Amino acid sequence: MKTKRFYYIIAALSFILVIISCDKTLPNAPEENLLLDGPLEGLTHEQQLQFLKGDIAFNDDVFTVEKGLGPLFNANSCATCHAGDGKGHPFIGFTRFGQTDATGNNFLNQGAPQLQNKAIPGYAPEQLPAGATFSNLLAPAVTGLGFLDAVSDADLIALSDPNDINNDGISGVPHWNTIPEYAKAQLRPNTITNGGKHITRFGKKGAAYNLLQQTSEAYNQDMGITSVFEIIDTYSGLEIDPEVGTEQVNDVVFYLKTLKAPLRRDETNPDVIEGEKLFTEMKCASCHTPTLQTGPSTIEALSNKTFHPYTDLLLHDMGTLLDDNYTEGFALTSEWKTPALWGLGLSQDSQGGTYFLMHDGRAKSIEEAILLHGGEALQSKNKYEQLLESKKKQVLKFLESL
Amino acid sequence: MKTFTFYKHKLVIFTLTFVVASSNINAQETNSIFKRSKVDTTSAQLNMDATYNRPFLKLDKVPVAFGGYLEANSIYSSEDGVSDGLSFQARRLTLFMSATISKRIKFLSEIEFEDGGKEIAIEFAALDVILYPEFNFRGGIIMNPIGGFNQNHDGPKWEFVERPNMANQLLPATWSNAGFGIFGKTYKNNWIIGYEAYLTNGFDNNIINNEESKTFLPASKENGERFEESNSGHALFTGKIAFKNRKIGEIGFSYMNGVYNKYEEDGLVLDTKRKLSVYAVDFTTTIKKTNTYIVGEYAFISVDVPKTFTQQYGNKQQGFFVDIVQPVLKRKVLDWDNATLNLAVRFDYVDWNIGTFNETNTNIGDDLWAVTPAISFRPTSQTVFRLNYRYQWQRDILANAPANQASWLLGFSTYF
Repeated sequence: MKTKRFYYIIAALSFILVIISCDKTLPNAPEENLLLDGPLEGLTHEQQLQFLKGDIAFNDDVFTVEKGLGPLFNANSCATCHAGDGKGHPFIGFTRFGQTDATGNNFLNQGAPQLQNKAIPGYAPEQLPAGATFSNLLAPAVTGLGFLDAVSDADLIALSDPNDINNDGISGVPHWNTIPEYAKAQLRPNTITNGGKHITRFGKKGAAYNLLQQTSEAYNQDMGITSVFEIIDTYSGLEIDPEVGTEQVNDVVFYLKTLKAPLRRDETNPDVIEGEKLFTEMKCASCHTPTLQTGPSTIEALSNKTFHPYTDLLLHDMGTLLDDNYTEGFALTSEWKTPALWGLGLSQDSQGGTYFLMHDGRAKSIEEAILLHGGEALQSKNKYEQLLESKKKQVLKFLESL
Repeated sequence: MKTFTFYKHKLVIFTLTFVVASSNINAQETNSIFKRSKVDTTSAQLNMDATYNRPFLKLDKVPVAFGGYLEANSIYSSEDGVSDGLSFQARRLTLFMSATISKRIKFLSEIEFEDGGKEIAIEFAALDVILYPEFNFRGGIIMNPIGGFNQNHDGPKWEFVERPNMANQLLPATWSNAGFGIFGKTYKNNWIIGYEAYLTNGFDNNIINNEESKTFLPASKENGERFEESNSGHALFTGKIAFKNRKIGEIGFSYMNGVYNKYEEDGLVLDTKRKLSVYAVDFTTTIKKTNTYIVGEYAFISVDVPKTFTQQYGNKQQGFFVDIVQPVLKRKVLDWDNATLNLAVRFDYVDWNIGTFNETNTNIGDDLWAVTPAISFRPTSQTVFRLNYRYQWQRDILANAPANQASWLLGFSTYF
């Protein structure tokens, strides 16, 4: 009887011990500022629910042949290009081709603007047409996009200096572009038009008006998935039934709008503080504007907020090294939209541990990226090159803290 | 999963009938009307014998025997600090029935209900014609003898709640198909040599077209049509040869090869023929001095993936698992005469995509490591209570820092 009781006690104690020790034996969550994903603060329960649906659609929904993938495509899910909501990797890079100026793309009947370089079994992928100029591109990080979307057109115009009136050699311009009808149905508050054109701000050339356009085009061109917004099949050129539901597209757009902004790390480190001063002194901050303000938004958590993306969302001439002789909309081939630098230090965490920076990933370090700057950024690059090594390290440390 | 949706209704009726019959059997067992067949623990058994070597309930002079097993557990896990909390899982209820139709003709079937009936599958339903020990015939729904676990997968035989990743995330355990083949064994002194060779239906395009976003052989398990037609129009060959030394242990070499894609339909050529090959080695041994039991398996998979498809679907894969089981107590506990307490550990490794990216020449990730220490208690050889702690590192295709996942699993598995 005593033996029995002994075993019962041992078993019960063991069980209790396991239950108590569970949490201590489970992996801890990484620090919040080391992660790009997660919702911004202040969402309502309903918004959290829609964020979750968008999260699943963006990160978990893999398209198969039966679900409409392709037949020509670049990726089979959103997360393929934006792992962990971060920047893309060269293995899943993509190519756009066929347009050299504002007169439009001359290769639209040959598959332009995007080269779908993969195909489902039985199909041949697209080949780059002879004579077409092109840019290789990597997907950007998608965090904080809701903030960028909510900046008013008036603020972007105020930041621009097309005629370089302040004579600093930097003349950012908004990308005045035509936009599709479905984007017109969701104009941002107080949007400004100019001869029927709107200020577009998403994409490497800043050619997409809003996240609905960016998302619908990504489904269509990256994955070969049609929606009510982009209904033309990229392979046949014909209108076909939508392959992704409108609700799912809307959920993904909401997810992208409500992803949190990347959080800083080491911001109180003296080298980081000194690096930011140098960053400003070298006029890097003239394009990589540290602070912006959102306007009114239907998402309260995005309304009238001050945030720090380090971009002005404007087009700048970046010089010959970065001029691929390819463009979109009305941008010049040498012009690129200033990419947001927030999250820069976390880029390699979604790129397999290696930096692949600039529009095509050619820069393998932050310093290489700086040295590729030209055009309006030439003076800043030159100033960086003239810094003492210790000062350069401070600049790099600051950039890594973003 | 929609496998056998068509048959679900009938299977449920069958199951209810079986359960009622079983309960009667159990009620009468005390009257010694039904007898439980003993599992053959002699050294003459190979992995290939596992399907028949189970504790069946048998009525005297009636040529039909029943059996089955149940697995259930609780799980508490967390990945990178995010937990879904505590859950309870009824993983699988498996029923098997065997019949001796005549002196040389036997039948055995195994029906599995997973996750409370979400997945229902006939895993094995085959007729054996016994000719000679060295040459016999088997046909029906057979378990392809690739590796050791696929055939020897009954939950009560293992000290771990989870199946090895290599077996069910790389290989498609439990993988069965309609087909025919031959098998046999021969003995000499301490040596036993067994072989199996089958032609069956096989895989389909889903192994490179699935929502796992990776070459994933288990995706073909969702294709219930493999029991009525071959997707490719070609047979899948599976062959195995196993050697056992009664003093040392068993080692098996197996091979599976076939065309997996539908390259032709209605006389129209849709694609080129695409093949897959699987090579596996499995072994079991017991270190006599310490009574330490070791079992493991390694598999290498080669799949012809179109070069114009995405690199996410790899053309080479590999993985292994090793279980080390150390009995630490064997004695009478409460009313169980030969209760055994074991300490065990499992090592899992799977690489779904061997190779480097074309663009960067850097290593493709998409791999997993796991280690699972375990305590198991077997009041009898037919029942096991298991406490497992599993820690897993899984990297995405870009080989970014791994997601860390840990799980506590407490459960049981028992033949009935």
